[in-house]
Amino acid sequence: MSIIADDISYTYNTGTPAESAALRGVSLTVERGEWVSIVGHTGSGKSTLAQHLNLLLTPQSGAISIDGVEVKPGSKRSREFRRRVGLVFQYPETQFFAETVRAEIEFAPSNWGSRGDVLKERVDEAVSSSGLDPLLLDKNPFTLSGGQRRRVAIASVIAMKPDYLVLDEPTAGLDATGIKELTQLLGKLRNAGLAVVQVTHDLRSALSLSDKILVLENGSCVVYGSPELVAEYLVDNPVRGLVIPPVVRFVSGLREKGIDIPLNSGLGEIIKSIEVFKGRL
Amino acid sequence: MRFMSSLSIGQFIPGESFIHRLDPRCKIIATIILMTGLFMASGIPDFALWICLLVIFSTLSGIKLTTILRSGRPVLFLVLITVVLNLFWTPGSPLVRLGPLSVTREGLIVASSMGLRLLFLVIFAGILMMTTSPMAFSDGLERLMSPMAVLRFPTSEMAMMMTIALRFIPTLFEETDRILKAQISRGADFESGGLMRRARSFIPILVPLFVLVFQRAENLAVAMESRCYVPGAPRTRMNPLRWSGRDSSALACLSVFVLFAIFCDRYVFKIYLTWFAAQ
Ligand SMILES: Nc1ncnc2c1ncn2[C@@H]1O[C@H](COP(=O)(O)OP(=O)(O)OP(=O)(O)O)[C@@H](O)[C@H]1O
Ligand SMILES: [Mg+2]
Repeated sequence: MSIIADDISYTYNTGTPAESAALRGVSLTVERGEWVSIVGHTGSGKSTLAQHLNLLLTPQSGAISIDGVEVKPGSKRSREFRRRVGLVFQYPETQFFAETVRAEIEFAPSNWGSRGDVLKERVDEAVSSSGLDPLLLDKNPFTLSGGQRRRVAIASVIAMKPDYLVLDEPTAGLDATGIKELTQLLGKLRNAGLAVVQVTHDLRSALSLSDKILVLENGSCVVYGSPELVAEYLVDNPVRGLVIPPVVRFVSGLREKGIDIPLNSGLGEIIKSIEVFKGRL
Repeated sequence: MRFMSSLSIGQFIPGESFIHRLDPRCKIIATIILMTGLFMASGIPDFALWICLLVIFSTLSGIKLTTILRSGRPVLFLVLITVVLNLFWTPGSPLVRLGPLSVTREGLIVASSMGLRLLFLVIFAGILMMTTSPMAFSDGLERLMSPMAVLRFPTSEMAMMMTIALRFIPTLFEETDRILKAQISRGADFESGGLMRRARSFIPILVPLFVLVFQRAENLAVAMESRCYVPGAPRTRMNPLRWSGRDSSALACLSVFVLFAIFCDRYVFKIYLTWFAAQ
């Protein structure tokens, strides 16, 4: 069970003076239960790719298949697939329209036909799994804080019970605590069996959280694979606009000194291997 | 799925061509002259001249003729209605009968000239908008209207309002597109159900859009005030408009062309029309 994007390309405004190629032959596989990060400089095509996964855009060449079925443009089933792949937009709180948080969260499941008790159950589940305070349900979403709004937006997508959750820069505009809480929330959702696809600028969080990372530059895939592989590649071939985390640079310095540890190590591993190294001296 | 294209009708196409570099006042006056000319010379043969002019504009502006013609597309439907109405409802000698309706020779002439006239009006306005940045356009308009300030008409405020409105049209399109996509990905359905249901389905688009517009407006107002914007205060410009010899000659050439078209319409093509009517 997976989403497979096979060599997809997309150009905005084809045939007009404003033509711009946003994706050039990108491939990506997202298995259920995986955490995949899409990183890249601003304008590299991350949002465009995210919208392809949700079938909002159809690739001009290449193909998208979801759970083994290739989705043809305009297919009757694309609505059903769109439910399976929940998409949380960049700054999702700008799509709020309802008078209460409850109505906002009810929007997606009711569009797919949930009514009455089922609907209520969906909302309650979404609220608890997104860590939202149930007391907020009857409040006006426009009166909430930034972090709370972001949670409501995510809950409103989770409420349609997707199998894959694609988030376009979910941490943009949040403070450090907000980012940490949101990251924990996504980790929990992933452990509950949801695939998480996170679009981000932040290489550091991508390296520490993901199973796979896709690095985009100018619409093309620079490197795609495990965090170790991506870190190795980026240390040797820096990509414009992507900051290599200090820890990775530090570890790469240690490796040059002859300490043999994976580039993507955590603090514990680093300390351990330094001690081992010191012991050997 | 049809999403709004951010490249909307009649938008500015940046360039460095002769027409792009003309003073916006010159282009606005030229457009007015052209429109007057169109009304005074809109016989069928006259359009040969107007088409020549389009080709000249296309060369001088570096914009493809097809792109220029495409700017008439939004009114195509209106043109069609005009043509159909005039075709059947102009009294005269019938050419073809379709049941109770008949197409008359006069109807044919009136309909085609009305349709073409409407189309060319929009296309000429389109050329103005394609070659003049919104900023330059409102600057030019403000200067042209400045004599009205004597009558306490708030020209600079009007120009500022227009600049801001024009500036935000593409942004609004983009935002609408984004909100539309976001709601579709949450399962919004705009196509099924009765009229009421369909109307209601636009609430999730309209409410966020209004919220956004008000937020933007407020932010902009605060930003302007914090930079000491005072309505109507005298201010200098970063790029003052300069009327050059080029503008005068361009305007002169155009006037001669339009007068020539009117002359042809009155004296030369008349002969052709008389001949056609006599057939
Ligand atoms: N609606 C659109 N119309 C035209 N061009 C677009 C549109 N959306 C994006 N583009 C162009 O496509 C390219 C990729 O844009 P995209 O939004 O996918 O980048 P991104 O990686 O998400 O950037 P950011 O980090 O700033 O969100 C950009 O060059 C952008 O100008
Ligand atoms: Mg983006």
